[in-house]
Amino acid sequence: MLANLINGISLGSVYAIIALGYTMVYGIAKMLNFAHGDVIMVGGYIAFCSIAYLGWPPALAVLAAVVVCTMLGIVIERLAYKPLRNATSLAVLITAIGVSYFLQNAALLIWTSNTKVFPNIFANLPGLTLGDMQIAPVTLITVLANIVIMVALTLFTGKTKMGKAMRAVSEDKGAATLMGINVNRTISLTFAIGSGLAAIAGVLLCTAYPTLMPTTGAMPGIKAFTAAVFGGIGSIPGAMLGGILLGVIEIFGKAYISTQLSDAIVFSVLIIVLLVKPTGLLGRKVNEKV
Amino acid sequence: MGTMLKVEDLQVYYGSIHAIKGVSFEVNEGEIVTLIGANGAGKSTTLNTVGGLLKPRSGKITFEGKDLHGMAANKVVSEGMALCPEGRRVFQHMTVLENLEMGAYTRSNAEAAETLEHVYELFPRLKERYRQVAGTLSGGEQQMLAMGRALMSRPKLMMLDEPSMGLAPILVQQIFDIIVDMNKQGTTILLVEQNAQMALSIANRAYVLETGRITMSGDAKELAASEEVKKAYLGG
Repeated sequence: MLANLINGISLGSVYAIIALGYTMVYGIAKMLNFAHGDVIMVGGYIAFCSIAYLGWPPALAVLAAVVVCTMLGIVIERLAYKPLRNATSLAVLITAIGVSYFLQNAALLIWTSNTKVFPNIFANLPGLTLGDMQIAPVTLITVLANIVIMVALTLFTGKTKMGKAMRAVSEDKGAATLMGINVNRTISLTFAIGSGLAAIAGVLLCTAYPTLMPTTGAMPGIKAFTAAVFGGIGSIPGAMLGGILLGVIEIFGKAYISTQLSDAIVFSVLIIVLLVKPTGLLGRKVNEKV
Repeated sequence: MGTMLKVEDLQVYYGSIHAIKGVSFEVNEGEIVTLIGANGAGKSTTLNTVGGLLKPRSGKITFEGKDLHGMAANKVVSEGMALCPEGRRVFQHMTVLENLEMGAYTRSNAEAAETLEHVYELFPRLKERYRQVAGTLSGGEQQMLAMGRALMSRPKLMMLDEPSMGLAPILVQQIFDIIVDMNKQGTTILLVEQNAQMALSIANRAYVLETGRITMSGDAKELAASEEVKKAYLGG
């Protein structure tokens, strides 16, 4: 029971980190970046190659993954989404799905469809023993990373000038422009942060579930999206809460109900939330202006 | 008193709709100038174009001798121009203080702190409520916040778009008093208003806009006394 809870929180922490990227990009660009999950996969591959082929130490490999994904996020936004700034949301959504397939197939070309086994980069770190239960280092680090990221983002958006400008842009781009805020640069920055976080999530996910292939990011991406909606899309604490709850629900579903049905249970959560509280747990009501 | 803002033969389109058809006007340093006109005459469009939010098809906008053509809206602020937009558009989920900080986005923190004191003097109400979330303020307070926010960039020219909109008469009076105060303290004002009576009562000069063209212009008092303006905009 407790072991399941801890596993759930750990998996949920990964979802939460991915969901933060979804939620921040949605908050500012008002779009669902369905390619976000595939950025996780790219992060995983970059870290894998750095370790397996270049022999880099894990810390450097993680850094490489973050740098590459951050740049990838900026490039995706610039090439695929920026030209659609004034297009209908459906056009942007379809483009995002297109980018997702593009990334998956590019990965297929580069890294082939053979499954790579991701090394356990935290193997030398000590775990934690609680009574007769072992908690793996990757679990501890995942939860810790989630907390650090959450606190850092909250401070960033609440205390810094850049972060406040980001909130201003997410509320009203026109008014933000009048303040002298460069809206395009702020959107770029949001994609950069979201994608950098995706890289971290990718490494954590691949360390905990060490099979890496071009579709690795798709399912966690969709689940993190569910988590973001569950918590209230656009809300940073919502992404955190939604992610952790979803991870716990998934693991408990697997343990007590059915392994095969666990994904169905997760997505039922999305449907129920949308039916009962469309704004999510911590989401705020959006007043659509006519 | 030199010319601060000069707009020449401005042409603005919304898609295929010709909204502004060759508008020219100027604002001199230290003046209050108002653009009045009916709904849809193009007052806000003119202001948004000067502020850089809309791109003109042709025409020339010169501010303090500098051509603003093609300048991005977020750069215009640094030139010394601030636009307080129609409908206030304060950041609803941010606090009063955060809104004011955003107004000073282009300036250093030290400069902003100094201006903040000045804005609080002008709007003591904002000081009382600095930690309150802007969306919970009343309409009048939100208007004050929008004006205070625009002042935070220390503009030489402040453009106000319909500051009286949706406010009770007593508040309208208060807002206009503050506009006069801002002007006395050295800010040049370009005011767009549907409430022509109030606008003409505080302005030095006025332009009347009708379906994208300027049809009359001159001294505000004289315009307020003219039969045509009385009939069309002052209710008899």
